[in-house]
Amino acid sequence: MAKRSAPEVNAGSMADIAFLLLIFFLVTTTIEKDSGINRKLPPIEDNTEPPIIKQKNIFTVLINKHDQLLVEDESMDIKDLRQAAVAFLDNGGDGSCSFCQGAKDPKSSDNPDKAIISLKNDRETSYAAYISVQNELVAAYNILRNRRALELGPSKGFPNMDFIQMENMYNDVRWSGNKTKLKALIEQIKTEIPQKLSEVVE
Amino acid sequence: MSKFKKKGDGGLAPINTASLPDIVFMLLFFFMVATVMREDTLKIKNSLPLADQVEKLDKKNPVSYIYMGRPSENYKKYGTEAKIQLNDNFADVSEVAAFIAAERAALREELVNYLTVSLKVDKDANMGIVGDVKQELRKVNALKINYTTGTGDAISNMTK
Repeated sequence: MAKRSAPEVNAGSMADIAFLLLIFFLVTTTIEKDSGINRKLPPIEDNTEPPIIKQKNIFTVLINKHDQLLVEDESMDIKDLRQAAVAFLDNGGDGSCSFCQGAKDPKSSDNPDKAIISLKNDRETSYAAYISVQNELVAAYNILRNRRALELGPSKGFPNMDFIQMENMYNDVRWSGNKTKLKALIEQIKTEIPQKLSEVVE
Repeated sequence: MSKFKKKGDGGLAPINTASLPDIVFMLLFFFMVATVMREDTLKIKNSLPLADQVEKLDKKNPVSYIYMGRPSENYKKYGTEAKIQLNDNFADVSEVAAFIAAERAALREELVNYLTVSLKVDKDANMGIVGDVKQELRKVNALKINYTTGTGDAISNMTK
């Protein structure tokens, strides 16, 4: 007897079913954004005397209600803010900072540890402008930290890695290097170039 | 007569669509895997600003979301000024403290100190409302915050 071949299943509608599911998921999908700028708010303390800080160690940034910038009493474009902040932090006026490459201007900041960026915004300032300014200031700190990381890295066994890469490596579970050594290096860079960003609350 | 006669052969062979389901399934699986169901239904316009110095929000630690923006088309009756949205409803600044307390109560005790507050603020909102919320957060000692942004060129925020 001849072998009877199994009847073929009609799979023509399978595509339709798959399309139906596909469209459902297409419509419900929202790619959630889960990255941003981390900040730590200062705790509320009562009756604390404000510390005395020399005027030259403060870098003031004001954003008015038309989203215009006033940096150190001069108006500035957002494009130039990053460079201005780097120049201020990197100044090294008192000579105690061995890695600074700035102008050593006695009228600007003493060292990165003492330098403070003060940010003040108006109630009418747009959030977009505020984020742009925050972003540029964080970028300024990152530029300096990256430079420092490239200087320190080779002697500590982490050559050709900038600060951002170090942090990524540290947070990467698959990375197989020496995490305690890397942590110590990250902490050292963070103490050498601390993010001292103060916000004025009226 | 035979001019209009259909040609018996030589017509196009039908395209084989047998692999169509495979392609569709591939897309389907991609979207199934990439889908995150929204936690809250947004009643506000919420297009986030861009920044390029971003860090990833640590999902291992608990995260609470506070949304701000002006009410979207369907909720125009609530005005055009930016408002706060907590969970699924509009809220007042004074309710932020209670919201954080409720979020903390839902957490395991050892995780309470690691609560991060993610501020999802529309780029057209102004800083007044954000400042008020930040002040409220300071009062309840929820100090770890994250300005959630998209990734892109930050300068483009200011040149509309």
